[in-house]
Amino acid sequence: MSLRYSFGGDDHIFAEVDEEMSLEAFFKSLSITNAVRESQIQGVTEICPANASYQIKFDPDRIRPDDLLTELKNLESAADSAESVLQTRVVEVPVLYNDPWTHETLMRFRERHQDPNATDLEYAARINNFDSIEAFIDAHSSAPWFVTMVGFVAGLPFMYQMVDRKRQIEVPKYLRPRTDTPKLTVGYGGCFACIYSVRGAGGYQMFGITPMPIYDPQQSISYLSDFMVFFSPGDIVKFQPIDRETYDEYVTQVENNRFEPKIREIEFSLNDFQDDIDKYNANIGEALYGN
Amino acid sequence: MAIKVLAPGLATSVQDLGRPGYYHLGIPISGGMDRYALRIANMLVGNDEGAAVLETVFLGPELEFTEDRVVAVTGANLPPKVDGDLRETWSSFVVKAGQTLSFDYLKSGARAYIAIAGGVDVPVALGSRSTYTLGALGGFEGRNLQAGDELNIGSPQRNVAENQTVPQELQRMPGSSAELRVIPGLYWHRVTEESGKGFFDDVWKVALEADRIGYRFRGGRALNFVERKQPFGAGSDPSNIVDSCYPYGSIQIPGGTEPIILHRDAVSGGGYFMVGTVISADMDLIGQLQPHTPTQFVSVDMDAALAARQERATLLSKVRGILN
Repeated sequence: MSLRYSFGGDDHIFAEVDEEMSLEAFFKSLSITNAVRESQIQGVTEICPANASYQIKFDPDRIRPDDLLTELKNLESAADSAESVLQTRVVEVPVLYNDPWTHETLMRFRERHQDPNATDLEYAARINNFDSIEAFIDAHSSAPWFVTMVGFVAGLPFMYQMVDRKRQIEVPKYLRPRTDTPKLTVGYGGCFACIYSVRGAGGYQMFGITPMPIYDPQQSISYLSDFMVFFSPGDIVKFQPIDRETYDEYVTQVENNRFEPKIREIEFSLNDFQDDIDKYNANIGEALYGN
Repeated sequence: MAIKVLAPGLATSVQDLGRPGYYHLGIPISGGMDRYALRIANMLVGNDEGAAVLETVFLGPELEFTEDRVVAVTGANLPPKVDGDLRETWSSFVVKAGQTLSFDYLKSGARAYIAIAGGVDVPVALGSRSTYTLGALGGFEGRNLQAGDELNIGSPQRNVAENQTVPQELQRMPGSSAELRVIPGLYWHRVTEESGKGFFDDVWKVALEADRIGYRFRGGRALNFVERKQPFGAGSDPSNIVDSCYPYGSIQIPGGTEPIILHRDAVSGGGYFMVGTVISADMDLIGQLQPHTPTQFVSVDMDAALAARQERATLLSKVRGILN
C-alpha cells in the first residue's frame, strides 16, 4: 500500500492509503494520523483520519507545504514498521430495528428509492442474499464494527463491519437523497453503516433507530458532558437489537439523564484479528458482556 | 449593553474567525465566509480582528441599540442606515442609544459584516463564538437571528476615531464576473484530459443553492470519467469514491455535472470525487458571489497560490497601517 498524496489548495494535504475500502487501509490511516498528532508538527491545525485516506490542514505561513509533505512521508514509513495494535474501547449501541419512525420516513420518500414496493430492510436483505430481514438483522448485529471516520455532520460515525470482504453488506444510497432523516437513525450506504447524529437530509438506507444520543451541543447529557461528540475513529461498536419496550425504557432513562452506555476498554490487534476473525469478535463480545 | 433584533434579515448569524481543531469529528471551522472583510470591520471599530460580528446575506437586519456604539459594515455593498439616514460601507460611524441600524437594498456582493465596538458577546463554544447551524452549535443559541432576540455586546476595548474609511483599492471584492484560482488535484485523475480542460475553459454560473456549507455552479459541460472498475466500497457511480475528507474549498462534482465548492460550514467528508481546491487567498471572494454570477476557474500551481496568499496578507497589513 503506497500512499498517494495531493495538495488540497495551499493549506491541505490529502493522502489516499488505498482506492478500496479495507480494515488494513483504515488502520494505516489511523496509525499515521496518530503519529502526526504525536509529532506535534508546527503549523498543523486539523488532523482527520478517514476510511481509507486522511487529510491534514495546515497554515502555510508557518510550514512550507513541501516540508510538511516530507514530514508526512517520513511518518508513513514509521507507521509501516509499527505494530498494528490499538488501545480503544468497545461500545454497545442498542438498536430498535424496523422501528415506526424510520418506517414512516422511508414510506414518505418511496419514489426516491430503488425499490418503491419494499422497505429499506427488505430491499437490503434481498440484494445481499438473505432469506429474511431477521437473518439480515442478525448479520448486521452479530459482528462488531469499526468507527472508520467521524464526520459529514457533527459527530456522525461511519462504521465498517469487522468481517471478511465476502460477508460485507453492500447497499446503494437512495436514488435521490431524502430531505429528512430522523435523529439517531441507523443507516447504511455502500459498505458503511452510520448513525445520523442530527435530524436532516440523508441518502443512506434506514434500518432502525437507537435511543442513545451521540451528539449534544448543550452537553447536558451525563456521558456527553466532557465532550459533545461521543465517537472517535478507532472506536469499536456492537449493535444490540432491542424491542420496543426496552427502547422506551432507554428513552426514559435518557430523558432522566440516567442512561449510561455500556463501554469497555480493550486492546485491538489487527494481526490477531486477521488470524481468526470470528474468534476475535467473540472475544470482543466477551470483553463487553463478560465480567 | 444589548441590541434588540427588530427584523433578522434573510440569514444573519454571529461569526468570528472560526473553530479550528474539530473537523475530524465533523464539526467544521465555521466563521465569516469573507474573513478579510470581517477583520477590517473589527479594525474599524477598534475590536480585536477576530471579535465576533454579525454576518448577513442579501437582506440586512434591523437592530435597535440601547447604548451609543461605533459600528462598521464591510464586505458586500449593503448600505447601512441609521434611523433611515444612509451611511457608507467600509467606514466607521456611530449609532446612538435608541437609534435603529437598518440596511438599504444590496448593490453588489452578497455578505456584509457588521462589527460593533465591543464585539458580539455570545458564549464561547469550543473556542469560538461562530454559529454552526447544522450542528446547533455556537452563536446565538446555535441558530440564525430571529426577531425578538436580544444580543449582548461587550465593552469597547479601545477608543477609536469615527468616520475612518478604508480606501476603495483596499476593499477586496470579486468583479461582476469572477475568477477563482484552483490547484487541480485530489481526484483530478478521474476525469478525461478533454473534460479537465473543459472545466477550466467553460464559464460557470453560481446556482441558487449557495450557502455557508457550499456554493454550487451550473452551466459548464458535464465531465467524462476515465473508465475503471469501481473500487470496493466506493459505490457504483463513476463520481463516487470511498468516503474521504473534504478540504475547505474543495470542488466536488457529483455525477460529473454541477461543481460544488465547500466553504466554512462544510460537510467534512463524503463519497464524491473532487477535482481540486480553491486557493486560500480566494476563499473570501466566494462568499461575495451572488447567484447567476459568471465564474471562471483558473488553474494555478502552489507557487502562485502562496504568492496570492502573500498578496492578500500585504493588503491586510496596509489596511492595518491606515486604521491603527
